[in-house]
Amino acid sequence: MKNDKTTTRLKEAKGSVLTPFKAIKYLFQKPHTLRYPFETKEPSERYRGFHLNDWERCTGCGNCADICPNQAIDMVKIEEIEAKPGKRNERPRIDYGRCCFCGLCVDICPPGSLRLSRDYIHIDHSTDSFKYIAKDEKTEQESFVPVDNYSVLNASLAHRKVDYEGFVSDLEHCLFETERVQMPEVEADERKLSFMEQVIGYSREEARKEAERCLECKLCEEACPAHMKISDYIDAIYEDMPDESMRKILEDNPLPSICGRICTRHCEKVCSVGIRGESLAIRWLKRFAADSVRDYKEAVEQNVSKPTGKRVAVIGAGPSGLSLAYFLRLRGHDITVFDALPAGGGTMLIGPPLYRLPREAIERDVNNIASLGVEFMFNTKVGKDVMFKDLLDKYDAVFIGIGTSKSRSTGIKNADKCILALDFLKENKIGKGTKISKQVIVIGGGNVAMDVARVALRLQNMQCPNEETAIKTVSLEDWDIMPASEDEIQEAKEEGVQFNPAWGPEEVVLDDEGNIKGLLCKKVKSVFDENGRFAPTFYEDQKMLIEGDMIIEAIGQAPDFSFIPEELFKELKFTSRRKVDVDENGMTSIPKVFAGGDIVNTNLDAITAIADAKRAAQGIDNFLREEV
Amino acid sequence: MAERELELIFGPQHLGMVGNLSISLNVEGDTILSARVKPGYLHRGFEKLMEYRNWIQNFPLVCRINMIESEPVEMVYAMAVEDLAGIEVPERAQYIRTMIQEMSRLSCHFTAAWAYTSILGFDTPAQWAMGDRDYLLDLFEDLTGARVYHIYNMPGGVRRDLPEGFEDKLLAFLDAVHNRLPDYNSTFFENRLFYERASGIGKISPEDAIEMGGTGQVLRGCGIKHDIRKLEPYAAYSDMDLEVPTREAGDAYSRVLVIRDEMVQSVSILKQCIEKMPPGKVYEKTPNPFKWKVPKGETYVRVESARGEFGLYLVSNGGNRPYRAHFKTPSFVHGLVILERLLKGANIADVGNIMLSLYVIAPEIDR
Repeated sequence: MKNDKTTTRLKEAKGSVLTPFKAIKYLFQKPHTLRYPFETKEPSERYRGFHLNDWERCTGCGNCADICPNQAIDMVKIEEIEAKPGKRNERPRIDYGRCCFCGLCVDICPPGSLRLSRDYIHIDHSTDSFKYIAKDEKTEQESFVPVDNYSVLNASLAHRKVDYEGFVSDLEHCLFETERVQMPEVEADERKLSFMEQVIGYSREEARKEAERCLECKLCEEACPAHMKISDYIDAIYEDMPDESMRKILEDNPLPSICGRICTRHCEKVCSVGIRGESLAIRWLKRFAADSVRDYKEAVEQNVSKPTGKRVAVIGAGPSGLSLAYFLRLRGHDITVFDALPAGGGTMLIGPPLYRLPREAIERDVNNIASLGVEFMFNTKVGKDVMFKDLLDKYDAVFIGIGTSKSRSTGIKNADKCILALDFLKENKIGKGTKISKQVIVIGGGNVAMDVARVALRLQNMQCPNEETAIKTVSLEDWDIMPASEDEIQEAKEEGVQFNPAWGPEEVVLDDEGNIKGLLCKKVKSVFDENGRFAPTFYEDQKMLIEGDMIIEAIGQAPDFSFIPEELFKELKFTSRRKVDVDENGMTSIPKVFAGGDIVNTNLDAITAIADAKRAAQGIDNFLREEV
Repeated sequence: MAERELELIFGPQHLGMVGNLSISLNVEGDTILSARVKPGYLHRGFEKLMEYRNWIQNFPLVCRINMIESEPVEMVYAMAVEDLAGIEVPERAQYIRTMIQEMSRLSCHFTAAWAYTSILGFDTPAQWAMGDRDYLLDLFEDLTGARVYHIYNMPGGVRRDLPEGFEDKLLAFLDAVHNRLPDYNSTFFENRLFYERASGIGKISPEDAIEMGGTGQVLRGCGIKHDIRKLEPYAAYSDMDLEVPTREAGDAYSRVLVIRDEMVQSVSILKQCIEKMPPGKVYEKTPNPFKWKVPKGETYVRVESARGEFGLYLVSNGGNRPYRAHFKTPSFVHGLVILERLLKGANIADVGNIMLSLYVIAPEIDR
């Protein structure tokens, strides 16, 4: 029995029992289905199938393995790949028993080498084959199957199609931040008027934001000569623990204030994020850590071990000497550092201009080392005030970290009228200052030449304001091979330094009274020979006179070994690149004499000097303990 | 205890059961005296696992809570994280999200139509529904790169922009659906045989529906206009012109007709999305997933899934992974509380019928 309500509702089910037979019309239509595998369906353009990995671009950073929510990816050592800084010889292996094809690995891949292809069929009798080290097959290889021949019958993980990319990396949608937190700097117009520090430094928020970008792949740590624990100290900054950050830094580098300003940044060159974006500002973060603790000693416990009674003499209070003193002092040895300069820092003290490295930054680092009980003998030149032989007799070991303290001269005609770069820089940093002239020529295209030019420019602005002045640099190298860093060149340009690249100095031209009138230059044909050795050639017919009344030569430095007595110097072995030859302990060919810094390595920078000191410290420590 | 009472285990392996769910029935003859739903066959511990993965790594996990309709789950998780972290989603991303939600709803309704029709023996529309769903999966594949687990939402937007020509493909599909709906009506929704099977079955009063925590078609099937898209518009639903279809009777037939009307609504919303799609970016970058710490706090976010209110209660203690996550899934209420009540007094032959009219999807119950 049906009531009224049901009758009204029946209107919705209005058809008769025969209505469904309308569906018969579909018998005559094309079916939904495909007759697989004879008919196949093309996967979509961004299909997430099996992985592809371009081994050339892959750095082995392991971020894919870290992000994988299923732990389907592990990094496998590939023997045939040569590992180098910034490139590990590890490549991701994907376990397709675990992979869920989410593609997070693609979105986190910093170089964008890992992609997903549009293949999705793998048939094999062995379950081991489901673990696959993804690699782009070259089209000429046997395993490559062109799209037309590809079918379910020969589908396999090993038959990859490079030209069949699906889900690929996209910088706009990647999971890491490609843009750096901009470092606040003093504008060129303002900074060129004085020696005020150019870089202002990150605030706490800026530093944390920048630190947040770090993916912790640790490629930087492998590239750093001193193998600093970069990811750890950056993470400590992110966690808002500058003290912890400093503790991590001081484990490998006792000069954070210095390195936080002038480090040559081997790390940033290999930074994963920097491959397709801007690398992390590792140097500025280190600077932030060093600047944000009031006192190293308060922030970090630095325990000096039980005294060993052994004495070590360190010649030179530059980065290598200071670091060695620090590392050995912590191990309980008595250290005396000799330096001809009135304060610690060595090249750091006289080289980098104040706008890049203020005195206080050096003092902070040196004072910390002195506070541990390292004895400093300043204004003491070895070879004059103390004899090298005496040091050898009185101390259990001697470390030479003298750096390159002599500027080289071009040796062209009338070169004796020129000023040498180091003398100039030193005079303006710890001396009385130079009376600058209005037309200054700087010979050289390296970072020291940039320092000289920019110091001279500031002196001009300070000593003769509102007058017409000029700084002109002359370098053998053209723009593309100029050895100075890009930032330095850019900043010098902003401040108004003029450049004359690819010109070689020939003669300093004098007027009748013997004053400098200018520099005669000739056009450079090539700087290096076919073996890549330095051997400049010139167009003898193309000459130019650059006018100027002061010339500063900044073409390189050399070490001064004159303090070593001749009979000992004969024993000192050098490498083919004219560097002091040291063994794996940092010991030279003279027993109990160790060396490090610019006289040993070819990088000629502070962080490599620190790395040398670290090695020598271990070597000296072993040497002294064996002796007992 | 009745004289000839016996216990009948219905599922998880049973012809009349869809999904891994078991119901223990006490029957006398053909009549069910009482029913006890026994979930647990699909417990994977997602909510606990989420506490061990970082905010981003959870996306491939949460979508698996419901394999039939993964989009609301992803979306609700993304919205909860955005809410905690205070992230603004670009407008275009909101539209794309709306679009994919509706595609997902359509696809889920097709699956439901397949399940319902095939369990009642209407094999022809069952095949159509599966076929039409596959065309939607093709569209999902074009848009997201995957057919079932899309992993397309991210905090801050969606993972990729619309591919070229996607709108046209979608429009073509919508037209096809529009043209085919009359055939679905004649073979299924308005089929006299189906009417006879579903009408008056599994009847629930509005008061009971509210009392027991019903949402979605359970409420709308007994005349209550309840739809979170209307009540608390999320994504771009506030810009959409949508009607909330209801039926008065509160029986299985009403709930199914609500589903049918919602399919018409989804087609309309999808067309509006394409029409109004704004330009701009689709993703606001979130911090490095390895270090990202979401500020301390807790939130409850809900969306209208194909089956009713889908919610997530998410707690962050300021760390780089959730402190606690709990999903409120519609099938939990419908499948445990309401189903047991409605089965009382029903016929054995109607167990699947009632269960599917309540739109129960087993993996949602267990999680």
